[in-house]
Amino acid sequence: MAAIDKYEPGTSHFLLGNEAIARGALERGVNFVTGYPGTPSSEIVPALAQCTQKGKLHAEWSTNELAAVEGAAAAATAGLLSLSAMKNAGLSLALDFITHLSYTGLGPKGGACLMVVCDDPHGHSSGDETDSRWLARFATAPMVEPMTGQQAVELVKYAFDLSQKHSAFVFYRGYTRLSHASNPITMGELPTGAPKASSDSSVSLNPYLSIDKHQDLLAKMEAIRAEFEQCPFNSYQGPEKPELVVVASGAGHLAAAEALETLGLEERVGLLSLATIWPLPTAWVVEHLKNAPQVLVLEEVDLFMEAAVKEALVDNGLGSVAVYGKGSGHIPMSGEMTPDRALSALARIFDMKAPARDEAYERLVQQEVAPLVISRGLSWCAGCPHRASFWALDKAIKADARDAYVTGEIGCSTLDVFPEGKAQIKLLHSMGSGTGTAAGLGQLKPFGYTQPVVAVCGDSSFFHSSVPRLINAVYNQADMLQIILDNSATAMTGFQPHPGTGNTAENTPAPRLDVAKVCESIGCQVTIADPFEVRATTKVMRELMGKPGVQVLILRRACELVRMKAAKSHPYRITIDQEKCKGAECAVCSRDFRCPALYLDPATGKTAFKEQICSGCGICVEICPFKAISKQEND
Amino acid sequence: MPLSPDPYNLIISGIGGQGNILLSRLVGRLMFRAGYQVSIGETFGAAQRGGGVFSGVRISSKRLYGPVVPQGAGSMIISLEPLEALRMISGYGNPGVKALVNSEGIHPVAVLSQKASYPSDEAMSAAIHKATDKAWLFNATKIALELDAPIAVNIVMLGGLVATGALPLDADEVADEVKASVPPHLAELNLTAYRRGMQAVAGA
Ligand SMILES: Cc1ncc(C[n+]2csc(CCOP(=O)(O)OP(=O)(O)O)c2C)c(N)n1
Ligand code: SF4
Ligand code: SF4
Repeated sequence: MAAIDKYEPGTSHFLLGNEAIARGALERGVNFVTGYPGTPSSEIVPALAQCTQKGKLHAEWSTNELAAVEGAAAAATAGLLSLSAMKNAGLSLALDFITHLSYTGLGPKGGACLMVVCDDPHGHSSGDETDSRWLARFATAPMVEPMTGQQAVELVKYAFDLSQKHSAFVFYRGYTRLSHASNPITMGELPTGAPKASSDSSVSLNPYLSIDKHQDLLAKMEAIRAEFEQCPFNSYQGPEKPELVVVASGAGHLAAAEALETLGLEERVGLLSLATIWPLPTAWVVEHLKNAPQVLVLEEVDLFMEAAVKEALVDNGLGSVAVYGKGSGHIPMSGEMTPDRALSALARIFDMKAPARDEAYERLVQQEVAPLVISRGLSWCAGCPHRASFWALDKAIKADARDAYVTGEIGCSTLDVFPEGKAQIKLLHSMGSGTGTAAGLGQLKPFGYTQPVVAVCGDSSFFHSSVPRLINAVYNQADMLQIILDNSATAMTGFQPHPGTGNTAENTPAPRLDVAKVCESIGCQVTIADPFEVRATTKVMRELMGKPGVQVLILRRACELVRMKAAKSHPYRITIDQEKCKGAECAVCSRDFRCPALYLDPATGKTAFKEQICSGCGICVEICPFKAISKQEND
Repeated sequence: MPLSPDPYNLIISGIGGQGNILLSRLVGRLMFRAGYQVSIGETFGAAQRGGGVFSGVRISSKRLYGPVVPQGAGSMIISLEPLEALRMISGYGNPGVKALVNSEGIHPVAVLSQKASYPSDEAMSAAIHKATDKAWLFNATKIALELDAPIAVNIVMLGGLVATGALPLDADEVADEVKASVPPHLAELNLTAYRRGMQAVAGA
């Protein structure tokens, strides 16, 4: 894939939605880009990091989203165009700063700032499908959202203009079906030159004397609403006297268009599509709905747009217009907006039959195909250090026999709670929370709490948000064991670098923060072990679980996919002695350790391994209780 | 050239790490260059960790469609793994659907831990043939391993797709695109993989 600044203006190329957002930012002259990885937002920062130029464009992976938005906002106050990219969970983390930034605005230097937040309706790769549109209303800030890849490019420029004009940061919302969809995109011109950055010390940007500032902010939002009334990316398609108007945003737009086509309703139904999510361009919406006897709202996840449309209708004396959508039960209250959902809602309203699969075929599928389809759960890669770490933890907890309680968080370690994991983590929420919750439990001794408390986090999470919680644990003298799975990457989201890896988003060297030194400096007892030495690691875990105070165990071993990318070869070749292997009687390596390369061969009744899958890590040599597996160094 | 059906909904499925995203983008780029509107939808969050992954490639001569393929509306299913082909057929199949399938199975972890059993090759093949209008099954993994390039399974499958004649793809243009999308030192290897896939399906 070429860097996105290499495409000539006027030519068309196949871009991922996130790359389209990045290209739009380049075409508008973005200067300062920050972010923290999180699906589905993670491709925006790398796309821009490939195009950086000293004094013109900077792009960074920040330590967390709060640091990211603060950095971007500050650059805008110094007159630059900045962008910060994150997933919905990241915006939640950054909210404290953001709600204050609404009040102060970006100052007089003419900078602009986009907060790009990508939601994951249906939670394809997230623990939740939280709808971040509410946060625009919550933070009193404008939000826009594109409907197609090409519009994503143009809307970035519109949003930067808006931000500059009103000295307000603008939320730009992406979502999985935009961010991770690829479409042909036509390239625009790239600007030359860059503004010079400086701060205006004659003004103080602060939120105090807030009543006045709140009033100013509300007036600013009204000015933005007035501008949204004219937004060229909002559109109406359809008859002058529609029988129904569909109000659509985001993925709802293309889903609605397809459903109307399938049902042949294009001449009878209007399609009102909005790229401006908040504030609602009330007058424009009411103008198009006032002659419609009924309305259907098509949007993803929550009834955000539907609520705003209903408010607008009631406020304008049109409360009797029938509004269908999530409230009426025509659209489910959770999940993605798909053509199927749009189709079934429209068919229900128009009393039409939604096209369904041929009956005989449906029966065939139910009887002959579906019964064969077993589920394919996620599991750690072959050679993953986490598999060894959790195997050791399982053994240590069983041997300890005091019902140790494990808290965890998001990362590849989360695979532990999936059906094929080791089911050790019992409390799991947001990044950093494994440490925070363990610190709480670790102080419950006076209440009769006797279980050892163990927290597990990744190295990226450690820097992201575990550190302040660990400080809290030390300060309040909790008893806990913090295990840090130091695999030299932000693996779960695509191996991005972080403060402990020694390189940056632009792939330049950076100071490497040592996890062990950080922990020591805040007063933790630190032990380092290699998870591949599973038996020794198990022993260390047992010892540390009994000790008072905040114990830290760093399990250091690179993510297998990161190692493989650099080394390009496997360290060992494995052989399984068919005589020594006890087969189904034992099966510890496949049934218990669950390396995906090992399986019981039904033909021989013994363990065999798949060469295409084996990473040659050699851990199974130590796992096998009968010494049936041996390893030879690869040359 | 008109497509039948239009939109043509290509589903490309497999296991994380098999390279189905590259395959869907290759096909997408080629069809876009041939003058069609193309949308690809992917979900690839935890794609590397042994889970099933799939992309929908929606191709039309009429207009741009959204990236989500409606249920039961698959035109052609290309699967890099046979169990995933069945999964896609149960969701997107219909009496007219076609399938191009790599017959080499990859066992889910639940099978390794003996909580589920993997269907036999015969059962999978029979079900795929029964529930499709036309199906091509061949062992693309074996071809890739013979070339000592296990990661080229996706390119073997691309060769297979061209040989099915299901899409208006020109064999030489596809070869050029393959060459352009891999590092130069791997070009010959991938072109061989592509040709071997084409031969395997043309001869089937
Ligand atoms: C606030 C927030 N930002 C981003 C994410 C997306 N995310 C999930 S796990 C993860 C980090 C994983 O890295 P690490 O902690 O090093 O664990 P690893 O996956 O390498 O084991 C990220 C960034 C998130 N869930 N929440
Ligand atoms: S990506 Fe790395 S850390 Fe994640 S499961 Fe695979 S080997 Fe383990
Ligand atoms: S079979 Fe053994 S050496 Fe190969 S990946 Fe699995 S545990 Fe590692």
